[in-house]
Amino acid sequence: MKRILLWVPFGAFALLFGVVASGLFAPADRTVKSAMVGKALPKFTLPAIIETKPGLGTEAFTQGKPRLLNVFASWCVPCIAEAPNLMRLKAMGVPIDAIAIRDTGPAIRGFLERNGDPYERIGDDKVSAVQLSLGSSGVPETFVIDGQGRIVKQHIGDIRAEDIPAILEALQAAQ
Amino acid sequence: MTPAHIRHARLVPASIVPRTLLRVGKHGRRNKSGMTAGLLGLLLLAAPLQADSGLPPAALANTQLRDPAKEAKAQALMITLRCLVCQGQSIADSDADMAGDMRALVRQRIQAGESPDAVRRWLIERYGDYVTYDPPFNGATAALWLAPLAMLLVGAWLARGSFKRKRR
Repeated sequence: MKRILLWVPFGAFALLFGVVASGLFAPADRTVKSAMVGKALPKFTLPAIIETKPGLGTEAFTQGKPRLLNVFASWCVPCIAEAPNLMRLKAMGVPIDAIAIRDTGPAIRGFLERNGDPYERIGDDKVSAVQLSLGSSGVPETFVIDGQGRIVKQHIGDIRAEDIPAILEALQAAQ
Repeated sequence: MTPAHIRHARLVPASIVPRTLLRVGKHGRRNKSGMTAGLLGLLLLAAPLQADSGLPPAALANTQLRDPAKEAKAQALMITLRCLVCQGQSIADSDADMAGDMRALVRQRIQAGESPDAVRRWLIERYGDYVTYDPPFNGATAALWLAPLAMLLVGAWLARGSFKRKRR
């Protein structure tokens, strides 16, 4: 018994060493995922940010058809990178609405002129209030909302060409 | 594949530019050494990374509540909430746009009479336990809370053994 007990400290050390060493080789995932996935979209109403497009409210997402909710900003560089892929999704017939974070009308107009306009509605979120209620921690982020207003998927970061199939799949599954 | 935090605009400035450098001019608090000034000079040479909005901060981001009791409550809560962009700082301690918006949200809710616990719960509901620096007791954190107790017990047991031997 004593013999075995003698090895306990070494065993504990080896275990701790293993845990720490494995942390060296598997870098921590620092993305903050929304805990709202699977839950109902929180109620909100946002005014329009440009005259040519309506603002955005929860009722847009309870019409029976799944939609994308893109959280973006004109001052966000990865948002420019994802713009062509949003245009591609739009061309595939995916309806996309957006929330503009801390932005102004002229800046948004310029952004849409330069990078294309995939949006049906754009809500104006000047103090990130709706973004916070969604559990979103940055721009760009994209939520897949089913036709009953339930969040079924969150995509963090810009949508790249290789991300499109997963998003289409989520939309299909939410049908 | 690029890690997601590099692809996420708000996470860029925090990871590339140390917050200490960003704070210097604004508050002067940390402008103690010439080295900081030198580093700041270097920073000015670098092309600015446009990853924060140009809009002014939210109304209650940097303004205290009129009621000092409520402000104290809000302050106590804010130092225990994580800034989701900078991740190592509390929202009370961060200059990030989003931290300002989170401070405004906390102050607004406290002003409206909500309890700090309710505000914390609201945020945990959205961001998970990660958002609070005061981790609740559950399956994942049980080891964190119980390990010190267990180690104290082991220590007491070891100490008891060695005291016994001495008495003999």
